[in-house]
Amino acid sequence: MTVTSLGVPRRLLDLTLDGEPVRAPEGTTLLDACRAAGKDLPALCHVDARTPASACRLCVVEVAGSRALVAACSREAEPGMDVRTDTERTRHSRRIVLELLASSVDLSTTPGIAEWIEEYGARPDRFGTDAARLEREPIIDNGLLVREDGKCLRCGQCVRACGGQGQHTFALSVSGRGFGSRVGVEYDAPLTDSACVFCGDCVDVCPTGALSVRSEFDLRTAGTWDEPAQAVTTTVCGHCGVGCELTLHVQDNEIVKVTSPPDSPVAHGNLCIKGRFGHQYIQNRD
Amino acid sequence: MDLRFGDSQPTDDERAAVDELLGPPASSWEGAERTAENLRYSRGGHAARDRRDLLLPGLHALNDRIGWISRGALAHLCRRLTVPPAEAYGVATFYALFSVSPRPTTVLHVCTDLTCTAAGAAALCAGLESRLEGDDRVTVRRAPCLGLCERAPAALTIKAGDPARTAVSAPATVEAAVLAATAPDSAPEEPPTEAAAPQAGDRRQTGAPAPSSPPQKQTGLPAPPPLPPQKHTAVPAPPPLPPLPLLTRVGVVDPSSLDDYRAHGGYTALRRAFVLGPAAVLREIVDSGLVGHGDAAFPGGPDPRATPIGLAWRAAASRPDHPHHLVCNAGGSGPGAFTDRVLMEGDPYALVEAMTIVAYAVGAPHGYLYLRGEHPRAARRMRRAVERARARGLLGDDILGRGHSFDIEIRRGAGAYVCGEETAVLRSIEGYRPEPRPTPPFPTQKGLFGRPTVVADVETLLDVLPILTGGPAAYRSRLVSVSGSVERPGVYELPSGTTLGELLARAGVRPDLRAVLVGGAAGRFVRPDEVDVPLRSGVVIAFDGTVPLPRLLLRVAEFFRDESCGQCVPCRIGTVRQEEALRRIVDRAGPAAADDVALLGEVGRAMRDASLCGLGRNAWNAVESGVERLGVYG
Repeated sequence: MTVTSLGVPRRLLDLTLDGEPVRAPEGTTLLDACRAAGKDLPALCHVDARTPASACRLCVVEVAGSRALVAACSREAEPGMDVRTDTERTRHSRRIVLELLASSVDLSTTPGIAEWIEEYGARPDRFGTDAARLEREPIIDNGLLVREDGKCLRCGQCVRACGGQGQHTFALSVSGRGFGSRVGVEYDAPLTDSACVFCGDCVDVCPTGALSVRSEFDLRTAGTWDEPAQAVTTTVCGHCGVGCELTLHVQDNEIVKVTSPPDSPVAHGNLCIKGRFGHQYIQNRD
Repeated sequence: MDLRFGDSQPTDDERAAVDELLGPPASSWEGAERTAENLRYSRGGHAARDRRDLLLPGLHALNDRIGWISRGALAHLCRRLTVPPAEAYGVATFYALFSVSPRPTTVLHVCTDLTCTAAGAAALCAGLESRLEGDDRVTVRRAPCLGLCERAPAALTIKAGDPARTAVSAPATVEAAVLAATAPDSAPEEPPTEAAAPQAGDRRQTGAPAPSSPPQKQTGLPAPPPLPPQKHTAVPAPPPLPPLPLLTRVGVVDPSSLDDYRAHGGYTALRRAFVLGPAAVLREIVDSGLVGHGDAAFPGGPDPRATPIGLAWRAAASRPDHPHHLVCNAGGSGPGAFTDRVLMEGDPYALVEAMTIVAYAVGAPHGYLYLRGEHPRAARRMRRAVERARARGLLGDDILGRGHSFDIEIRRGAGAYVCGEETAVLRSIEGYRPEPRPTPPFPTQKGLFGRPTVVADVETLLDVLPILTGGPAAYRSRLVSVSGSVERPGVYELPSGTTLGELLARAGVRPDLRAVLVGGAAGRFVRPDEVDVPLRSGVVIAFDGTVPLPRLLLRVAEFFRDESCGQCVPCRIGTVRQEEALRRIVDRAGPAAADDVALLGEVGRAMRDASLCGLGRNAWNAVESGVERLGVYG
């Protein structure tokens, strides 16, 4: 008989969200509490089931008694908290953050960002034409993964997925600091000369599409990437006996991308090189 | 985890530098020659990974010996410590003092920050660069504040080798700095520390008596502890304290002599602490109302002035998870802040004693002293003090025969202002990139190595000594480092409530005062007619009219752009946009600057509200006050 651990029972905490009393289980973040209460906050660097990066600062909310705004993705709910999610202060900060981001990196492949820019009335062009941008050529040093620094938000979710919160490969790290910091391997070597095992987990957690699989990158470059037309099928990987769940993205009857559902009880969103990239044989008609 | 270290091999020098720090490798798993025996077991787990905190000392060892960190050297260090090379590379590239590309063995760091700029750093830099051009042994680096503001302009030579040599030139001339850079050993000795504490000099000149030893000293017996119930009914008259409790020994004692320190009242506070017991020591500190100074130059985080620091320490002491840790953060000093350096150079044993007391109170068997890599003399004196204290049984397993165990490890920073932030310094010690993390949980709940940790600055720790010898109601003062356009720059000890004007008068402010920056780079500008306010910060820089104010604001913005860790968007990009806007309007005013001033305000407000740590939250203060109070672009 399978015994499912229910864990330690969690207390319910009383707090106030925008003046309305809500109850949230102990240990939940304010972002989870907001979403449970039906309030969605913009959050770019938040990837489900991963330690919050607290880097994009889009999800900032006002907590009574706190001088600065608080990132909802990383702050745990406390009893008696008085949280305001939609005030002039939070809207101002979110608007400026969107303007800063959009003025410095290419957000063309970031899902949801256009709606937020419109919702908050952000005008990224007002920093002028000479505002520093991260203009970098895509790094194509292998046949599977493409890195585009010019799109990178530097939230470090890929570093976590590659390291202690996923593959334990530790091929990636943030190096440098400030505006010039970037994600890469030691001495900016090519991926093929690093510890990378090409599992592609970093691609799945990247919120801006700065990391992509080669097939997607090529289609995007050719202008034929058509996400709405893609069929998405979840299946089980046939390479070994572990039974990782795969999500196949199929366009024009061809697999263009493989992802893994993050809530899968088997793989928890992690795959290996075979599961993610070893699917060409399916298309072999001979 | 199965780490990949690549094929790059270290040179013999690099290997020797690492192995001198870590000892010879025990097996091929750590980089020794492979033997058949090594293949019969594998090494891993916590035993292999637990030395991650030696990464920063290891990088220092390489940088000190070779001058830069090569791929083979980094791989060897990583193999020794079981650290992924990518992560070690991320750490090495964070710090300004390290280089991961080849460079000359001698680096001449020339301070270009506020005080030094006002004292002519630009001309000094240009002169040095032209004089040293073509010399492939020396490279000139324009550095952020070196913490030598009382002797601006300052330059620091670091010459790699075995051992590495350093020479400070301050106030620097082109000739002196070139001499120091080409022959650090023959450079003239730095002036004594008391030159940086004008009050210490006054005391000797006027023939005032040296601070009297506390009365307990004669008998050698500690005073009996006051009974707790009496404390609230009748406060016993505390023994008279010297008028400058914190600077009392600076310039009076020989900083290298433990005996001299004891002859001037040293270690009476620790004896009293042992008599009182940990809980009572904490009660004395709470009763005194001591509040953390934060870092004078880094007033980040929750307002440290709001709650007595003793309550936080008590909370840490009562946490059930052990061991607790104590960290003295002397690593954060931005422009104009050099109090920590003067205290450590002038009275190193006092810090050792204060750390021992606080560690005793909070139950920490291990303490870390994190100091700046740019302060070689302070590091040397503190290292010597710790060694002497250890040899004499004042650190170690059985301090003063009381069975209490405590030791201090000294860690050198490597050029990162953000390490003044209390969570960043913990990451730095642990061997990770010193990026601040959101609080709560605070370090007192989850700090160094995940344990409850008390992080305190030098001045806060030293405040504990007079509290214990003089009682909670003892005379209270605070230290202020004054630099810039004053006759007698240095560290001043002032009774609380002293106004900025009184301090400036005492330091001999020069005529033509244009503006005063209170609080360092993260502080605010004050007009000369606004100085009659009580001083709330430990850093004061006075400016006359020689440097245009827009240039100063631009320099503050450059400082924050360089020092932002890059983790959160508002600070990483906001500091860049702030600098760009200030650069556009550096020669403009009025309507021509209005648009950019408005933009600065909007970005500044978002940085203050939404940044992750105190660095970003305070990056706009100086600019805001420059615009609003001084009317720089008006």
